[in-house]
Amino acid sequence: MSKVVQFDPHPAQAAATQSPLHHVAAKPAVGETGVTLTERAFLDHLIVRGEPGVLAGAVEAVLGLELPTQPQRLARNETGSLQWLSPDEWLLIVAGGEGFRLQRELREALGEAHFSIVDVGGGQTLLELSGKHAVEVLMKSTVYDVDPRHFPVGKGVTSVFAKATAVIRRVDESRWELVVRRSFADYCLRWLLDAGEEYGIAHQPTQPAVASHRQTVTDTETVS
Amino acid sequence: MFHIYCPYCAEYREEEEFHPRGQAHIARPADPEATSDDAWGDYLFFRDNPRGVHHELWVHAVGCRKFFNITRDTRSYAILETYRMGERPTVTANGPEAVPSATATLTGALA
Repeated sequence: MSKVVQFDPHPAQAAATQSPLHHVAAKPAVGETGVTLTERAFLDHLIVRGEPGVLAGAVEAVLGLELPTQPQRLARNETGSLQWLSPDEWLLIVAGGEGFRLQRELREALGEAHFSIVDVGGGQTLLELSGKHAVEVLMKSTVYDVDPRHFPVGKGVTSVFAKATAVIRRVDESRWELVVRRSFADYCLRWLLDAGEEYGIAHQPTQPAVASHRQTVTDTETVS
Repeated sequence: MFHIYCPYCAEYREEEEFHPRGQAHIARPADPEATSDDAWGDYLFFRDNPRGVHHELWVHAVGCRKFFNITRDTRSYAILETYRMGERPTVTANGPEAVPSATATLTGALA
């Protein structure tokens, strides 16, 4: 096992945790709801780097996922999702609290191989767009071609989003995920609420994924 | 709307995602201590400015964040080809031998 200092980012005792969007209140759609925007906060995000040949076996054994080696591919199962970011870099998103255990198991499986696993969960968050007009909202926001003929389910790209950047992924026919930087989360959310207004966008408050040992702090304001 | 083919992402992406990083295939002198000031100055500061085919280093800054090479015509701005780090250009002004080959290892290390 590699000699890397590891620590569990989730303390055993309850600690106050704030989502990057804790301050934004729920906003129902004006008229018919065409798009629903939800933050999936407190998931564990890990960046896994290394040669595909080195990582593939351990990833398959620990996560039960085939390492996506084709560009812009996204693999998913009940454990989490694993996305190709660059030829030697993948983004693994799992339920909150699972990251530390999986990271240890991956490190054990990889042994002395040349690789790196970094927990980036504190630096980014995941927004989910769903509904029949979700794709139209994305078309207004990104330069990437998100037409369903060009962007099938199971694809994910890093691209320009509004005046920031985001990882855009399509998880099923009507659901899209955006991985945005924590510091840009407020900007991206406000952009989406503005862009989605004409399609009837509804914003649901942050849903803690798994956080029985967490105490979430919310202090909301209404975005007009 | 102007699209550039990223050889790592294997698709055309918007120009906004890329940044040019200057001339490609610049070889660092193998022994800096024994290099003359003139040669070192050339290596650090002096770049070609050809009229016609030019090999450039670009980075897919918003995307896979990999460096790669573009062969571009400076007269028409046409991109003639894009290729990965460590690879040799197939389109050159004077044939493949026009580009120094010792640079392949240096640029490969940046990938």
